[in-house]
Amino acid sequence: MNRRLANQIALLILWISALAVVIILLILILYIFIKGAPALSLKFIFSSPEGIRMKGGIFPTIVATFYLTLLAGIIVSPIAIGGAIYLTEYAHEGKVVKLIRFGADSLASVPSIVFGLFGMAFFVEVLRMGFSMLSGALTLALMILPIVMRATEEAILSVPKSYYMGSYGLGATKWQTIKNIILPAASGRILTGIILGIGRAFGETAAVMFTAGMAINIPIFPTDPGRTMTLHLYLLATEGISLNIAFGTSFLLLLFILGFNLTARLFVRRI
Amino acid sequence: MVKVTFKVQNLDFWYGTFKALENITIDISANKVTAFIGPSGCGKSTFLRCLNRMNDLIEETRIEGKIFLDGEDIYSGEVNVADLRRRVGMIFQHPNPFPMSVYENVAYGPRIHGIKDKKRLDEIVEKSLDKAALWKEVKDKLHTPALSLSGGQQQRLCIARVLAVNPEVILMDEPCSAIDPTSTQKIEDLIDELKQSYTIIIVTHNMMQAARVSDFTAFLLAENTNGPAKLIEYDSTEVIFTNPKDKRTENYITGRFG
Repeated sequence: MNRRLANQIALLILWISALAVVIILLILILYIFIKGAPALSLKFIFSSPEGIRMKGGIFPTIVATFYLTLLAGIIVSPIAIGGAIYLTEYAHEGKVVKLIRFGADSLASVPSIVFGLFGMAFFVEVLRMGFSMLSGALTLALMILPIVMRATEEAILSVPKSYYMGSYGLGATKWQTIKNIILPAASGRILTGIILGIGRAFGETAAVMFTAGMAINIPIFPTDPGRTMTLHLYLLATEGISLNIAFGTSFLLLLFILGFNLTARLFVRRI
Repeated sequence: MVKVTFKVQNLDFWYGTFKALENITIDISANKVTAFIGPSGCGKSTFLRCLNRMNDLIEETRIEGKIFLDGEDIYSGEVNVADLRRRVGMIFQHPNPFPMSVYENVAYGPRIHGIKDKKRLDEIVEKSLDKAALWKEVKDKLHTPALSLSGGQQQRLCIARVLAVNPEVILMDEPCSAIDPTSTQKIEDLIDELKQSYTIIIVTHNMMQAARVSDFTAFLLAENTNGPAKLIEYDSTEVIFTNPKDKRTENYITGRFG
């Protein structure tokens, strides 16, 4: 077989694979759109479910979802950023650091249901937080901690060494350099990491099922329980309550997650 | 007698097990420009970084010998390294302004050393930019990003940034190697101005530049490829370039190697 032909064939196969990715994504989105769009309305977004067939809207689940994710983001950010600063700037490259990194990477691949189970045992039961936004958010925070921390590490490592030299050369201390020069320079990428982590938490079901509860109410205090959109979707579908509303909910979920990803890209672009 | 700023005695320096500098002893005069020349990789920059302890930031480095700044041993335990680096400012090979505005770049140094008063900062910024011959060019764009300036302007901004913390010595590590000839000219003129108030030590691979800007010249050379650099000859620039005593210096400045 001549080289030219081999080249053409390879190109064709690669092209087909790439096309398949796009097509699968399009089919998925289109399917959810066609099935879900009719359910979507202002009333659907802004009113509560009614009756046993859950007619009406899904407003409480939207609130609970944002409540949980934002709270998880607020809890995880300082810990992840602090950990990343320690690992990149202060810790000496060695066994302990390697162990922490290995731990973080392993944590990132633990199935979310395991986090859910742990959250239920620890936050809900031992710490007596009950099914609440706080229990759920803490569990989600644990789950996305490695994602945000590793992203922050990468962000800090991407800051040019010349910035450090310039700052130290002026007589700045390490902390002054980190606080005034390095973190601002890395902030775009750090924010991207946080948004991606939050995006992951946003779509999470298993970790919140056992920790935030299933009650359909609008959570006000961190001690209130609540049902997230994904959990609502799961219950609607498995219990065969209403596929229409399930698709409507998933369509809305997709829109929100798309929004997160676009925002994350925006911050990367800015750099 | 000329006042001595840096007194270096029997300095040895290692990167891990590699000995980069050997037995360097030199007195550097105040308010003069002292140039270090030598082939690339011979340890000129390493030597420069010993003077403000920037080598401390590189892991596994080791130093022996003494360096005195105004009579004070800068490697003694009592020295505050941050304060040393304020007193001994540094200009790098590539201009490295911070990704913030022109104003913030210059105000950064005074701020970290505790100056908060806005009026005071404004004054320092203007004075420093003026001394760095940049004020006229940037006075209307103080709040634009420093990275939008030209390479030569960025390097003068870095000089202004150093001047803002009121140093005694300015170390320049090949400050013109990454900028165009016109900007190089401006920086050389600036060096001439600055030596009135500061001691300047410049590393350069450009011998003509050393001849143009410096009062004293030191020639460093590592005679074996993997051996340490030694100070071959140190004298007034005029002597080094017209009547060097060492054959190796003569060979180097006449372009026979390096």
